[in-house]
Amino acid sequence: MTVEIKTMDFEPKRHTFGHVARRIGGDKPASRYQEATLDVQATENFHYRPLWEPEFWHYDTGKTKVVMEDWYKPLDPRQYYYATYNIARANMNQSVERNFTFVEDKNLLGKLSDELKQKLIIGLIPARHVHWGSNMNTSEMCQRGYGTAFTAPCMFSAGDHLGMAQIVSRIGLELDGQTGNGLDKAKDAWMNDKAWQGIRKLVENTLVQRDFFELFVAQVLGINGVILEAIYNGLDDAWGEASLPISMLSEFMNDWQKEEARWSHSTIKIVAAESAENKAIVSAWASDWINRAEDALRTYTAAIAGDENIAKTYADKERVTAKSLGLEI
Amino acid sequence: MAPTKKMGIKQKYAHLTRGLDWETTYEKMDDVFPYDKFEGIKITDWSKWEDPFRLTMDSYWKFQAEKERKLYAVIDAFAQNNGQTNISDARYVNVLKLFLTGISPEEYQAHRGFAFTGRHLRGVGPRVACQQQSLDELRHFQTQCHTISHFNKFFNGLSEFRTMHDRVFYLSVPKSFFDDARTAGPFEFMIAIGFAFEYVLTNLLFVPFMSGAAYNGDMSTVTFGFSAQSDESRHMTLGIEVIKFLLEQHPDNLPIVQEWVDKWFWRGFRLLGLVSMMMDYMLPKKVMSWKEAWEIYFVEAGGSLFKDLERYGLKMPKYHEQATEACEHISHQLYGLLYQLSHVTGLHAWMPDDEHMDWLSEKYPNTFDKYYRPRFELWKQQEAEGKRFYYNGLLQLCHTCQLPMTFTEPDDPTTTCFRESEYEGQHYHFCSDGCKDIFDREPEKYISSWLPIQQIFQGNCGGPTIPDVLAYYMFGPNDGGEYVGSEDNKLWESWKNATTKEAAE
Ligand SMILES: [Fe+2]
Ligand SMILES: [Fe+2]
Ligand SMILES: [Zn+2]
Repeated sequence: MTVEIKTMDFEPKRHTFGHVARRIGGDKPASRYQEATLDVQATENFHYRPLWEPEFWHYDTGKTKVVMEDWYKPLDPRQYYYATYNIARANMNQSVERNFTFVEDKNLLGKLSDELKQKLIIGLIPARHVHWGSNMNTSEMCQRGYGTAFTAPCMFSAGDHLGMAQIVSRIGLELDGQTGNGLDKAKDAWMNDKAWQGIRKLVENTLVQRDFFELFVAQVLGINGVILEAIYNGLDDAWGEASLPISMLSEFMNDWQKEEARWSHSTIKIVAAESAENKAIVSAWASDWINRAEDALRTYTAAIAGDENIAKTYADKERVTAKSLGLEI
Repeated sequence: MAPTKKMGIKQKYAHLTRGLDWETTYEKMDDVFPYDKFEGIKITDWSKWEDPFRLTMDSYWKFQAEKERKLYAVIDAFAQNNGQTNISDARYVNVLKLFLTGISPEEYQAHRGFAFTGRHLRGVGPRVACQQQSLDELRHFQTQCHTISHFNKFFNGLSEFRTMHDRVFYLSVPKSFFDDARTAGPFEFMIAIGFAFEYVLTNLLFVPFMSGAAYNGDMSTVTFGFSAQSDESRHMTLGIEVIKFLLEQHPDNLPIVQEWVDKWFWRGFRLLGLVSMMMDYMLPKKVMSWKEAWEIYFVEAGGSLFKDLERYGLKMPKYHEQATEACEHISHQLYGLLYQLSHVTGLHAWMPDDEHMDWLSEKYPNTFDKYYRPRFELWKQQEAEGKRFYYNGLLQLCHTCQLPMTFTEPDDPTTTCFRESEYEGQHYHFCSDGCKDIFDREPEKYISSWLPIQQIFQGNCGGPTIPDVLAYYMFGPNDGGEYVGSEDNKLWESWKNATTKEAAE
């Protein structure tokens, strides 16, 4: 036997696709995130004007007031593509399942007083509608936005908000003995109780927002950063002995906030840093939507926790965050 | 704790999806959903929508994550073991080129399109289903890109697939198809992609490619195909539910839906012409002929589908007989064209060997020997004399489907079919009655088509000469042209020789 039988030449001719190589500084091995994301969306030679919005192409940078020289600057630090996104969420969901099993086994919600159960149904469960409105917003950012680096994570967020709306709904079902009555009551509160009207109005105002990056800022700094953050973290006192099981069952939401902010905050930072004009526009949006979220939250925390100041605390925290992203508030 | 009055799955799912939605009061519903009325579709009761599958997000993540883990394990192993050396022949790579340049970017368009309908249909049931499909279609783009990425390291014609898709003349066929759907209203998009593409025509796309991969030893693409199957079956049930729902909601919807079905059937048929030539000519190991596939998946399966839809008053798509008759010809006509033009494409072409020619005669007894074999034999003879034939003239494209005018009259395979319309003093040309009808129905939309040949004349494609245009298309010098003697061919031979040598030792 001779040893030199490996005559097959497997020297690659190139290491990645041309459009990827041009972005990563030459032909070298690219990550799966890069191949799945960079320059994926079509950019030129479109055939027809959308029947539903003929003033734009279906992929059109003009759908926002901010101007980016390149919409592939705001990349996702999590480097999510479909596979890694789903695997991450499936893993997070395993602890959701464990937590629900634990809470059920110990009957932590079942043994609460009826009064406290009702309080949670009216005060917490309507948050599922906030997630659903957020799902609509993030789907909209995906369809209306520009460039895969920005739009693909928006669709992941849409899946996340639907998932979180369903987790909140499951908490509701734990509280109402799996009858669905509690969910109906929560919806009634969402539609009619004074406590929720400011938040509902805020969410509905975002649903008609056509500028995709303003919508992004409103969602990230207003709804996620102020409203949801306060609902999941600011009401422990109001929930009393339910606060432990509730914080266990909303672990996903808290983990998610931190994780998603890595991407959404860095996106805001990069877009604002692009130019003085962008910075001014994004800063104005951020101030406006944080203010509106604060107003909306005030009615809610006053009614649910008897404490108006929670709203200011959370809004101020978000203002600090916004400043740390380079915005002028 | 065992709950006392547990709900059924259906009721529970309704709470977890429909229960989330509400009638807005601070903003008008018509402002929240501004796009779902102009098409004239009448929906009287969205709650009548039957959820075709009931998948909460937690189960979605779980199933999809499992599939992805398995798929990427295969993709990694394929690369590690140099699985590309196990394919039947390097000619097979042409199939992947067509797929990656022509299909994968459309998976991406489907992703964005379903995000659109997932946001803008007023009914919450279809919206949730569309959002999950939007995620799936992103998956398809990304996994295809990752699967074929390994082939790109060794073979030509794959590297610039994204730029090619936006610029190259024959890729404007799939691009204009999906641009057309993306720019239509949300209901038309659902009929175009959800029903016509995903339900009526999907097997004609995926069976050729995925079985083609299986027959030709491409294990990574096969694994992708299997992995996508459960996604596709969800997409099919969504497509069929949409059409039934629209037809049940209001009798006025029928004529609109019928026109869309007619339009998208014909557009889909023309697009699949590219698949037909792949299937009959590019697969070194054949799965079945295009004609056989059409018989099974359209004539039989499609026939019984439309029989089922008859109760709503829906008829078979217009010109379906013409399409079935044309299936005797289109693969030969298009491949013949590709052979002559391959030097200005990113694809290789070659003349079929004798065995392949006989297979074509057997599969197409009515047409191949009579109309196509003589031409092919002549080209082979010219090759033998060192005078391989290339066509250097200019093409005229159909204004609707954007394929070259190469198809023949329905009742006369010796005469090229030309149709013409006049709109606002301009003349427009079409390859068929089907394409002319589509234009005549919406001329304002189609006059803006980005027609690659006209664009070259207008100086928008890099310059006036052929090399200018090919540079604009980002073709490498070895991407297209004759296969025999190409770089891909030589690489393949070197691997094969090494294997034989290894075996001999
Ligand atoms: Fe797909
Ligand atoms: Fe699909
Ligand atoms: Zn045509």
